[in-house]
Amino acid sequence: MDYLLTEEQIMIRDLARQIAKEKIRPVAAQYDVEGTFPWDIVKVLSDSDLFGIYIEEKYGGTGGGSMDLVIATEELSKACGGISLALAATALGTYPIILFGSDEQKQKYLPDIAKGKKLAAFALTEAGAGSDAAAVATTAAKKGDHYVLNGTKQWITNGGEAEVYTVVASVDRSKGARGAATFIVEKGTEGFEFGKKEDKMGIRASATRELVFTDCKIPKENLLGKEGMGFIVAMKTFDQSRPGVASQALGIAQGALDLTVGYVKERRQFGKSISSFQGVQFMLADMATEIEAARALIYACARMIDAGVKKVSKDSAIAKVFASDMAMKVTTDCVQLFGGYGYMRDYPIEKYMRDAKITQIYEGTNQIQRGIIANALLKEKAA
Amino acid sequence: MNIIVCIKQVPDTTDVRIDPETNTLIRSGVASIINPFDMYAIEEAIRLKEKFGGRVTVLTMGPPQAEEALREAVSLGADEVILVSDRAFAGSDTWATSYTLSRSIHKIGDYDLVICGKQAIDGDTAQVGPGISSHLDIPQITYVKKIEEVNLGPENKHMRAERMTEEGYEIIESPMPCLITVVKEINEPRLPSLKGKMRAKKAEIKKWEAKDLDLDPDLIGLNGSPTKVVKIFTPPPRKKGQILEGDAAEISQKLVGLLKNEVI
Repeated sequence: MDYLLTEEQIMIRDLARQIAKEKIRPVAAQYDVEGTFPWDIVKVLSDSDLFGIYIEEKYGGTGGGSMDLVIATEELSKACGGISLALAATALGTYPIILFGSDEQKQKYLPDIAKGKKLAAFALTEAGAGSDAAAVATTAAKKGDHYVLNGTKQWITNGGEAEVYTVVASVDRSKGARGAATFIVEKGTEGFEFGKKEDKMGIRASATRELVFTDCKIPKENLLGKEGMGFIVAMKTFDQSRPGVASQALGIAQGALDLTVGYVKERRQFGKSISSFQGVQFMLADMATEIEAARALIYACARMIDAGVKKVSKDSAIAKVFASDMAMKVTTDCVQLFGGYGYMRDYPIEKYMRDAKITQIYEGTNQIQRGIIANALLKEKAA
Repeated sequence: MNIIVCIKQVPDTTDVRIDPETNTLIRSGVASIINPFDMYAIEEAIRLKEKFGGRVTVLTMGPPQAEEALREAVSLGADEVILVSDRAFAGSDTWATSYTLSRSIHKIGDYDLVICGKQAIDGDTAQVGPGISSHLDIPQITYVKKIEEVNLGPENKHMRAERMTEEGYEIIESPMPCLITVVKEINEPRLPSLKGKMRAKKAEIKKWEAKDLDLDPDLIGLNGSPTKVVKIFTPPPRKKGQILEGDAAEISQKLVGLLKNEVI
């Protein structure tokens, strides 16, 4: 399908596609086994300017938006859904600054992020606060010209590797969600340490780690927006970032299907290529159809965000749910078409299935997304 | 340090086929790329510029569509690109081509180094680089796999490079300006950057025709080319070998018999 991309978006697509093919594909399996952070690929991505595609030109980016990020994430995820996260999770950590940062904060942090000199990460989840984001127990106490952070964040993507963290903490626990605030915390700040690095089922090239704050003093200038806005910052950030997760899922599904089409043409049983069997053909056709539907949905949503539409929660949740459920289904079917070989780690396809699973879980589980969609539906009806 | 890189646009041979009737390349529908060895030349020039400053000018002689190759060079970091193109150059062999390029380099003027890929993957002659250095009357180091040292003077401007040979390598020192041709061992070419691609789109391509260059008309194009192509053919495929079986004594006997009866 032709989505009538702009010239610049076509350049981004072609460049990301080339990087995926020439640089990521050859090393994806190795990073999956070792679970180390792909700094060599991060260097390629930063040299190619891809870290700046969603950042304004005056802060060193190329001035694109959600659509540009979606296109790049999709292409990179075709080769590895873990490595692509170095970019996508940096965007997630940067959106709070883009959306709520002052000009000084943007001047200070965005140029290095746009150049790929610094990665970013977003820290909301805790052991007791995941889907229930308002239950954040990390505290930020104001003392004179600084805040003191205490608490532990869990499962933070890019944790330990990123330099810039946007952290949601409570300035007044008695107020629940209304007592939260978001802060910029730099790696190396005293009292800010990294805890356990997680051993994961998929996206193993991506770092997932605990952030531990012990009397961590940060200047009050690092508050994003105002006290009490922490929950809003998080929700608005997710509204922006959901098409990103969705495009990660889309890329994983497309990458798996591409490999599968190649495989079924080669694999012979009963004296002929298994691609000649209608049962196999129908599966391929269904997968291609669902992938295309997800792509159309994600692109429409990203373009809506870039056009400045205010209420995007429902639509971005729809895109995220549809694309991630689709990716799980498609990658499972791809393994099925590879048969016994598909279950073996010598073949690249099972990795796609493992990588796909997380997209149904993080940045709001698909159950939470359905809650957002249903809430919006019911509210629309009441109005 | 001002560097001139000479490149050639070639058909992407990974998907090129030979017409069995005419024995020539079937070029229609085949994508054009920058000659892969020239990618190493561009990369080395950009690295030297990053280290020593100066300008990188990329030069190509070819049909108008070679502009595409020059835009790619801009996306990789070239400061200036020049397309030397004229019907009068049609049919140039390596002699006429290197003469025309040398006149173009002469016109560019101020340069410290000329870099070429070791050869083009379509013609495979490896003659144009050395030809340019002869026409310019500057020293050359071919098959460079590493630049060890560059001394930009003001006195005793020179460079030292490792030149690949079949057995190993030689270290050669040359005064500058000079010309080098590079092999793929010299570096790993970078990918273009997004900002580079955007710059490439808008880049101005300088176009020089025969009249813009101070040329001897007898030395260009088909007339200026001493090479005459008599015939092009695909060599016949090698015959399948024969595997002899048995123990050593039997095999050697069979072999001697075969050699006697069929070869000698």
